[in-house]
Amino acid sequence: MRGRAVALGLRIAQTLPVLFGVVLISFLLTRALPGDPAAYFAGVMADAESIEATRVKLGLDKSLPEQFAIYVGDLFRGDLGRSVGTGRPVLTDLAERLPASLELTLSALLLSCLIAVPLGVWAAVRQGSWVDHLCRVLVTAGVSLPTFFTGVLLIYVFYYLLGWAPSPLGRLDFIYLPPPQVTGFYLIDSLLAGDAETFFAALRQLALPAATLALFTLAPIARMTRAAMLTALSSDYIRTARAAGLTPRKVLYGYAFRNALLPVVTTLGMVFSFVLGANVLVEKVFAWPGIGSYAVEALVASDYAAVQGFVLAMAVLFVILNLLIDLSYALIDPRIGFAGK
Amino acid sequence: MTDAPAPSHSNSARAHLVYVLRDNPVTLIAFALCAFFVLSALIGPYLVPHDPLATNAARALQPPSFDHWFGTDSLGRDVFSRVIVATRLDLTISVAAVALSFVIGAVLGAVAGYWGGWWDVVLNRIFDTIMAFPLFVLAMGIVAALGNTVENIIYATAIINIPFYARLVRAEVNIRREAGFAQAARLAGNSHLRVVAFHIFPNALPPMMVQVSLNLGWAILNAAGLSFIGLGVRPPTPEWGIMVAEGANFIVSGQWWVALFPGLWLMLAVFTFNLMGDGLRDLVDPRRRT
Amino acid sequence: MAPKLLSVNDLAVSFRTRRGEVKAVRGISFALARGETLGIVGESGSGKSVTSYALLRILDAGGTIRTGGVTYGGIDLRAASERGMRDIRGREISMIFQNPRAALNPIRKVGHQIEDVLRQHGRASRQDARAKAIKALADVRINDPEARYDAYPFELSGGMCQRVVIAIALACDPKLLIADEPTTGLDITTQKAVMDLTRDLIRARGMSSILITHDLGLAAEYCDRLAVMKDGEIVETGAAADVFARPRHPYTARLVDATPRPGADLRALLPAEARTPLVPHAVSNTPLLEVQGLTKTYTGKSGPVHAVKGIDFTIRQGASVGLVGESGCGKSTTSSMLVRLLDPSAGRILFDGQDIGAIPADRFARNPLRGAIQMVFQDATDSLNPRHTARDTIGEPLRRLTTLDGAARRARVEELAAMTGLPAGLLDRFPHQLSGGQKARVGIARAIATDPRLLILDEPTAALDVSIQAVVLNLLADLRTRLGMSYLFVSHDLNVVRLLCDEVIVMQGGEIVEAGPAAQVMDAPAHPYTRALLGAAPKPPSAPRSPQAPDRAAE
Repeated sequence: MRGRAVALGLRIAQTLPVLFGVVLISFLLTRALPGDPAAYFAGVMADAESIEATRVKLGLDKSLPEQFAIYVGDLFRGDLGRSVGTGRPVLTDLAERLPASLELTLSALLLSCLIAVPLGVWAAVRQGSWVDHLCRVLVTAGVSLPTFFTGVLLIYVFYYLLGWAPSPLGRLDFIYLPPPQVTGFYLIDSLLAGDAETFFAALRQLALPAATLALFTLAPIARMTRAAMLTALSSDYIRTARAAGLTPRKVLYGYAFRNALLPVVTTLGMVFSFVLGANVLVEKVFAWPGIGSYAVEALVASDYAAVQGFVLAMAVLFVILNLLIDLSYALIDPRIGFAGK
Repeated sequence: MTDAPAPSHSNSARAHLVYVLRDNPVTLIAFALCAFFVLSALIGPYLVPHDPLATNAARALQPPSFDHWFGTDSLGRDVFSRVIVATRLDLTISVAAVALSFVIGAVLGAVAGYWGGWWDVVLNRIFDTIMAFPLFVLAMGIVAALGNTVENIIYATAIINIPFYARLVRAEVNIRREAGFAQAARLAGNSHLRVVAFHIFPNALPPMMVQVSLNLGWAILNAAGLSFIGLGVRPPTPEWGIMVAEGANFIVSGQWWVALFPGLWLMLAVFTFNLMGDGLRDLVDPRRRT
Repeated sequence: MAPKLLSVNDLAVSFRTRRGEVKAVRGISFALARGETLGIVGESGSGKSVTSYALLRILDAGGTIRTGGVTYGGIDLRAASERGMRDIRGREISMIFQNPRAALNPIRKVGHQIEDVLRQHGRASRQDARAKAIKALADVRINDPEARYDAYPFELSGGMCQRVVIAIALACDPKLLIADEPTTGLDITTQKAVMDLTRDLIRARGMSSILITHDLGLAAEYCDRLAVMKDGEIVETGAAADVFARPRHPYTARLVDATPRPGADLRALLPAEARTPLVPHAVSNTPLLEVQGLTKTYTGKSGPVHAVKGIDFTIRQGASVGLVGESGCGKSTTSSMLVRLLDPSAGRILFDGQDIGAIPADRFARNPLRGAIQMVFQDATDSLNPRHTARDTIGEPLRRLTTLDGAARRARVEELAAMTGLPAGLLDRFPHQLSGGQKARVGIARAIATDPRLLILDEPTAALDVSIQAVVLNLLADLRTRLGMSYLFVSHDLNVVRLLCDEVIVMQGGEIVEAGPAAQVMDAPAHPYTRALLGAAPKPPSAPRSPQAPDRAAE
């Protein structure tokens, strides 16, 4: 078991160079701005004097390595710069809006896994049946869906035509007050406060954007589940299990599904990458007050400190998610820490 | 290649194309749709009934009619003409981006996969770092930093796709590095470079073709997504993502056509590219020949 | 005669495929008495494995039993309910498989996999499952079963995995064990250990068994009776010794002939009508290749790995030398260094007096000697580029290493095809359109294209059926005489090496443990390892067969 502990430790240590790379790239992105970075960071309204002040403040008059050291130092102090748009530190803005994005992303992923994994398993077990065909159509159509377009369509159907959904503006209709903040997730906080009315109101707001994102992530998860189940089911060890008289239930869940989970968990990393990107688009469509729509507003206003802060935050979030995925992979797969990698 | 294989190949290649198309009706449909989009891109701008940029306040937001098949937008421009004319720009962005990432990714992946060692370690670190960003977010960052132009959208899309090709080629080359036929090629007097380029790499083409087809779809989605949030292409240039963004404002008041048609076209284009994957793979895979 | 335990009557199995129905088994009948061991022998595609899956009704998707019946102890297995079959599988009839590592669930402890079966059939409760699983492991003579209980398959050797598979199969004391190629992919000494263990356990428990194998010699050694299958039909059944000594069906006769066995020469492997006299090859006393202190050391994770530890040997001009050993003995590393794909860590490789070991492998591709040392690879499928036609493949060394061009090159390729017995009409085919034997011929034609003086043969027949192996070995012998080549024949199979080689080198753990003239090493092995290797080779009953085979003439 020592090999495993070492392997897990190594995996955690591996995030450090990746994080360094992420910081380096986001630093380079800020310095690659066309024209005078100081002018950008000072904002559109700045005059020559405040541009100069910004230049000195950001250390833009120093050499690149020095600038990088300053940049890293600022990061360690949690200083991502100040947003021109809101006039507040970018870190504060992001921290305030992050729960909204996470609530949307995680509920979409949960919804999508709840549908896609059983669908993929079912399609693999009944290969060639109508379920399998349905799965294949969904998968091919699913990867072709532009999220911003599906969102618009869903709004048209469920809000304009049917009137089932509330108006697509934010996390909560203005007649409700946000629940007292504990986790920042309205669904959880309203339950904690015992406020069923707010809970359902928040759920109604969440339904359409979450469904939009879920539709988008359904395809890769279902596709991978189906393929992994097919591979697992045609493995020799399944034949051994069947020849030993194990029940189909045991063969399917105890043997095939647990093995099939490994590639599915790996795919989740890629899915997270898609979903965090698509998040930006969906937040814009539904006016969802998360960090995605914050970034879009910042882009439009040329608020570069905010944009870079957003890119960096997303990357760090994604690195952490990938680490969690790999660690959970190691929980399922005993081979981690032995066979080569 | 200087050492072209037997001369009968161009003939048999055509026969093989016909065979692949006949064998799988889905492939036939996909290739037909693809031909439609390519034709739209090439000659569409000369055939459309209206000027895609001509505004007409009197005819704003009209639903589809005989005169305006897809209706008109808020400035009275013909949605059909705009949708067709946009094809060229969207296809150009995706094809250029995928071509760039294909070439760069293939070279880097082959180097990492065949020679391994330091090359492999360093390249893998770089790809890890790129992949450590949510890709669309990285593309946003790149376009925001490099400047808001169509070329930069192409570069950004290419950069985020390079790791996919490089990783794929690396894996495919790596498993064949010690294969019998690669060693036999060395015994036949080939240098390492020739072994990689002419013996091993071509065997990675079938899975790469599947990747190309998926990537063409992603690249269009990516470019349209960037335009949707206001990056890259600027109004009034017709582009599917921008048109959906413009139409989205009218969806809550029931003017569905402004967003629907560009969105449908976008979906259909992505769908077409995704469907082409298996057909493209079969085309370059000699094992599919019977 | 003992009462029948299992009887199979006119069993036919077919598979639905995209190209219509494929009949894998076409109406076979056989019976198995209590305590009897039956061998079902056939080459690839004969339907022997499908038969065993059909008995347990665990056919792959698309496979169905078309006609016929299977009766086991009075129960009609074809009519039994799926629930009824589950009670029979593992408790009455068990099965062990080829490729033991893949036959075990990779992410479940082997002890738990045994417990699954025990619990399924009510042989153990939650409390005593662990103890019983450990006992099952002890029964298959696994050392320290308590520790192995917690092992995952990837932590065990191939032979150990097969013992676990046997433990799973025997955990519930079934009365019939079906073994489907149980030793394919295992080293020959491991093969013997696994087969002996299985035989002992079966005898001790009074079980019946069916051994399914491609190896007639193995089946003849371990089985009471044999059934020979070809194209989904049983062509012959009989007592093992009888089938081997007096085959009645021409196919069986061909199979028996092709099985390498003591006392038979190369030509005796071929059907009688193809036995032209073998022209002896000339061996001179001049050394062609001298290997001195050849060493290869890799830097592994936990210190240096000594793959080859300073070996010396000589190959004389025209001689054929066999290099024998089990997996991991360093024979492949040695051949890679000799063929100059790998640089040695130390030592000299003198080819015709020139130290070619000093030329880096990376630069040897341009050396004039490149064409003089060539190699035939182990797996014909793996060694042919899937994107090149046979013509491209054979022509490749000509294109790179000779000045032949255009028509001259085409003519040379066709000449090479003719020399190796490859029909010219197949030259424009891709590898996937060729049979195993044809691919082997393409590989040989490519290797001899530049008229090499030394040909290294790396288990060239390991992946082939025995009848094709016989043809390929004879082809190699003829080419050797015709072209005056020297051979280094790398193999794990001493019986095959004996047929083709003048001298034999036995390697173990990176060292040469014994070397000498083939007859001497084979008949009077000096080193215990050589004796173990020879002892582990299957010993088919070598009843002398009259060369005319009178009963075959009658058919």
